Amino acid sequence: MFLKVGLFVTCLVDLMRPRIGFAALKLLESAGCEVVVPEAQTCCGQPGYNSGDRPAAQALALKVLREFDDCDYVVSPSGSCGGMIRAHYVELLAELPQHADAARRLAAKTYELTDFLVNVAKLEVVPGRFPGTITYHDSCSGLRELGVKTQPRALLAKVPGLELKEMATPEYCCGFGGTFSVKYGEISSRIAERKCEDITTTGADAVVLGDLGCMLNIEGRLRRRGDSHTRVYHVAEVLAGVEDTDGNR
Amino acid sequence: MTTPHASGASTPNTGARPHSTISFKDRAHDRLNDAKVQRAMRNFNLAGARARGVLDLENLEDIRTSAAAIRDRSLAMLDVWLERFEREATRRGVTVHWAESHDDINRITVEIAKANGVKKVIKSKSMVSEESHLNAAIEAAGMKVVETDLGEYIVQLAGETPSHIIAPAIHKNRDDVADLFHEHHKTPRNNDPAVLTMEARKFLREHFLSADMGITGGNFLIAETGSLVLVTNEGNGRMTTTMPRIHVAITGIEKVLGTMEDLSCILRLLTRSATGQSISNYITVNTGPKQAGDSDGPEQMHVIIVDAGRARLLGTDMQEALRCIRCGACMNHCPVYQNIGGHAYGWVYPGPIGSVLTPNYIGLEKALDLPHAATLCNQCGVVCPVKIPLPELMRKLREKQTERGLRPWQERTGLRLWSWLAQRPSLYGLATRVAARLGKSVGGAERTIHRLPGKGWTEGRDMPAPQGKTFRELYAERNRK
Repeated sequence: MFLKVGLFVTCLVDLMRPRIGFAALKLLESAGCEVVVPEAQTCCGQPGYNSGDRPAAQALALKVLREFDDCDYVVSPSGSCGGMIRAHYVELLAELPQHADAARRLAAKTYELTDFLVNVAKLEVVPGRFPGTITYHDSCSGLRELGVKTQPRALLAKVPGLELKEMATPEYCCGFGGTFSVKYGEISSRIAERKCEDITTTGADAVVLGDLGCMLNIEGRLRRRGDSHTRVYHVAEVLAGVEDTDGNR
Repeated sequence: MTTPHASGASTPNTGARPHSTISFKDRAHDRLNDAKVQRAMRNFNLAGARARGVLDLENLEDIRTSAAAIRDRSLAMLDVWLERFEREATRRGVTVHWAESHDDINRITVEIAKANGVKKVIKSKSMVSEESHLNAAIEAAGMKVVETDLGEYIVQLAGETPSHIIAPAIHKNRDDVADLFHEHHKTPRNNDPAVLTMEARKFLREHFLSADMGITGGNFLIAETGSLVLVTNEGNGRMTTTMPRIHVAITGIEKVLGTMEDLSCILRLLTRSATGQSISNYITVNTGPKQAGDSDGPEQMHVIIVDAGRARLLGTDMQEALRCIRCGACMNHCPVYQNIGGHAYGWVYPGPIGSVLTPNYIGLEKALDLPHAATLCNQCGVVCPVKIPLPELMRKLREKQTERGLRPWQERTGLRLWSWLAQRPSLYGLATRVAARLGKSVGGAERTIHRLPGKGWTEGRDMPAPQGKTFRELYAERNRK
């Protein structure tokens, strides 16, 4: 197929969980894509955008625009950052008309990872295997900005050994909300608590999801409430079968 | 009406009493640590009711699109529809009043009451009257005022304000109500909801029979017929509009619809979005006072049409908020509201729509937290029957705060620093390599960080430690091999 795909790693994956980036890379390559990883990439600008600092967000959006201009597609292992580029860049750059075309082009070719694997690359066989039960959390941006709902489930259904047990409210926000999680930590933790109750009620071995922000929030709350056994995985890790070399607690 | 001027440029002069700054964080903290509120919020599930209620609409999304278009049309031709309403209503014997400010609402209402020798006022639900603290104004003028919506009645006995726009006493449980009724009715204490409801009915009946004036809100005004539409469940609305000599309805300028046909579309969504009902128990269309030959109805009917900050939003990037039909679905589905309840929001309207309306109506600087008090999950936006893009409006308010320098300096500096660093890949790479190693080392063998500076995160959660090296350095290492 030889689609030239730019991998937007995201700042959180870069800093906290590089193995998610490598899992995404492996999946894209096994789907037959030529993957490029622009080395100077950093952040999509969402923290500034959602905090009301438009100029700060615009500067970073323009940087992303430049870095991924020559790719056929841009793929990100995050519905949140993918949604930022696809659903918000055009609006964010509205007062810079000289970049309007580039913003529209970039938005149209940017995909969340599972959405891309199912709908563009049409990945048939996934490398991973997972012996056990999982439950899937639908992250808000992926779900409501990009329509990511069936794609991860369709891919997970191909993983040998894996059994999906849906929680009661998989679409309920985990309470992360970017800077909200720090500014209103107390409220954020309470929302996370409801999510954790829902997850543990399923009795699944692991909760799987597509956004690292929600992962850190859910895993952080699970551990604080004394749950050391429920694993928390990014969907790319499970699909790619990335070895859990340094113990994903 | 006021002349529209730039949105968010200054504190709105709505004539209301000066509002103090809302300390949302402290108010939320109190509710998060109030066992009773927490129990009540755990049982609160109007979202589930809505989910079941919309099942019979095969084309829900099409109806939402139509409803949003109807509301936009109303707002685009607001002056035309309001004047038409005034003409048609006046022709049918209604007195139409225009209240530019909150003080005007109270002044006009008290003047009507005094001119007619009113001693007792009964009220059906009106959130607009909460904006102006109308009950206090009526009492200050020497009259008695009794709320007749059951939830509002409970809240009034408790000396509180509604915590939800359609379920005002949702923060209270049956024991609270039993205590209140025992204290105020001097009846034996009983906490059976059926008994309590019958007791309220008995006590309210006396007020319905003895009141001189009834005040209601107004869900909609219909321009082509000059009608006032009330959507209620308990029947108190009809008692309030028919039994006293005088009926006064109070509603915002934005509530006008052109035609009955517009109403029929909006109603299909209003009740389903609010309580999951395909229709509420009572839909009342009041067109004028008692006419010759009518068996009942008030001798006088007044409609007070309120601006109080609304017109200022017309033609601005906040106009979509005026589409709101007050169903409450946004708060019912909001993970923040579901955990803290309505009182934490500090003014009349809670939840996402409150986080948009409050800063616009009382001043951006007086409600600094509200536009930020949301995860932007957009659950509110996808259930809103008139498609108000609530997260976008909150984000725009955040931008207005930043533009006016209202955000704390630490936050502004932090964001600027982050953006500055992220535009310098080499320096950024160095900083993240240091942070990844530091985080890993703090996480230790457990790979978990229990305390972070600022405590916002680790107050209620741990932070999983970073792996130790950044993706960028690992990727570069891999490519060198």
